[in-house]
Amino acid sequence: MTKVSSLDVALIRKDFPILDREVNGNPLVYLDNAATSQTPRQVIDAIVDYYSNYNANIHRGVHTLSQEATDKYEQARIKIQKHFNAAHSHEIIFTSGTTHSINLVANGFTSILQKGDELLVSAMEHHSNIVPWQMLCERTGALLKVIPMNEEGDLILEEYHKLLSAKTKMVFCNHVSNALGTINNIKEIIDAAHGFGAAVLIDGAQAAPHIQADVQDLNVDFYTVSAHKMCGPTGVGILYGKEEWLNRLPPYQGGGEMIAEVTFEKTTYADLPHKFEAGTPNICGGIAFGAALDYMNNIGIAEIASYENELLQYATERLLTIEGLRIYGTSKNKTSVISFNIDGIHPYDIGSILDKLGIAVRTGHHCAQPIMDFYKIPGTVRASFSFYNTKEEINALVEGIKRAKAMLS
Amino acid sequence: MGIKEIQEEIVDEFAMFEDWMQRYEYMIELGKSLPLIDEQYKTDDNIIKGCQSKVWVHAELQGDKLVFTADSDAIITKGIIAILIRVFSNQKPQDIIEANTDFIDEIGLKEHLSPTRANGLVSMVKQLKMYAIAYQTQLN
Repeated sequence: MTKVSSLDVALIRKDFPILDREVNGNPLVYLDNAATSQTPRQVIDAIVDYYSNYNANIHRGVHTLSQEATDKYEQARIKIQKHFNAAHSHEIIFTSGTTHSINLVANGFTSILQKGDELLVSAMEHHSNIVPWQMLCERTGALLKVIPMNEEGDLILEEYHKLLSAKTKMVFCNHVSNALGTINNIKEIIDAAHGFGAAVLIDGAQAAPHIQADVQDLNVDFYTVSAHKMCGPTGVGILYGKEEWLNRLPPYQGGGEMIAEVTFEKTTYADLPHKFEAGTPNICGGIAFGAALDYMNNIGIAEIASYENELLQYATERLLTIEGLRIYGTSKNKTSVISFNIDGIHPYDIGSILDKLGIAVRTGHHCAQPIMDFYKIPGTVRASFSFYNTKEEINALVEGIKRAKAMLS
Repeated sequence: MGIKEIQEEIVDEFAMFEDWMQRYEYMIELGKSLPLIDEQYKTDDNIIKGCQSKVWVHAELQGDKLVFTADSDAIITKGIIAILIRVFSNQKPQDIIEANTDFIDEIGLKEHLSPTRANGLVSMVKQLKMYAIAYQTQLN
């Protein structure tokens, strides 16, 4: 069933200057939003405003510019706290993005884990939520076990419950799969892990642009987000961590900003959140992330999700009219991501021809090789839709695929 | 024919095409029609794994010339391989070492031979040169 959305897409598109450009002589059809979303004028303005009016280092200058920059940066932290409903603003750590956030936690658990401890990771993770844990296992002697998935691209939670034991110390899972679009039942995953005293990290990078996550309601221990997936700039994101966990973890990097007192004999660390924010951060990026959240909240995450779901249903129906097209990831609960292949045609070839037609999609293994191995394919073509995309653009995609298919068959 | 002459010949051929569609159709034809490698050489030792597509390369010395065969799982990549093989195969190792691939820009396929494309082709050209260096040492 498709709901009719109340979004004024034509008006929204005017906020995104990049959507006016041409690629290879054709109007840009940008369908790679799961990799990076586009940036509205309001966020670009925030970036220009920062560098034009109050660019300065934060938290240490007594001068006006430094104070203004500090205030705006900390206001952004509070906006993010409110958006994700964290109990405290110091539970929001600014990072360079989800990958940095996960590495920060993985590093922190080095001194907590012991040989023989078990970590559970879902079968549909991005490499950034696999490799840091493998490295942690190498450091500690802990063992990484995999929560399996089924053909539809849903995790098999019965198997997950069987894997949990007193040995389980941590569980990692994405809220939404980047390659399949599956929305995972993270509430059940978190509650079950807590039943065994295990900590849970949820990679929220793909979920945050479409789903309003409430970290207190989820009772999640760690939640990670990247700004560039939700209309913000690249190179900035956050780690949400429960205060008790963040206090327990040692600092990740040493440097300025993260200390209370330094002597050559001993250094004491600053309080949260600064303990994890060594060095000069991406100040402008943090502020622009705040502006991006304002922009999205102004439209409404629920309205965005409803319209994107309409696009997903429409695109799924239209794509399935193409003979030989198979969609990977057919969960009932999906965000607006469609991964597909066409019989006998390599995704690279389809992507190359679509690019010539001005249509941007992602091709390859989407940094999720275990999923490709599961389906025994080299990769997929992935079209991911955002709230500024239109049904006309989906029609252009379908026509483009037909043309590519005709050329390649 | 020397490497330079073959490259010029390819540039002339591509000059006949009016748009990208014709260029791509030609490449796809090349990719489809040519038997590029003996199945026995499609081994893990000969594979170059790109993020986007895979490439297999095999080299052997015939007289004083180096003969390359190759393949890919993607047809456009395979078409470009066919062009690269036409240029580099059956040439003296020293000539291969000294050759460049600037002609790819001229025939409008630059994006496929970009280090950021991760389709295995840049690594393939490097690999051809490595073979040439190795066999040149052997010949000396």
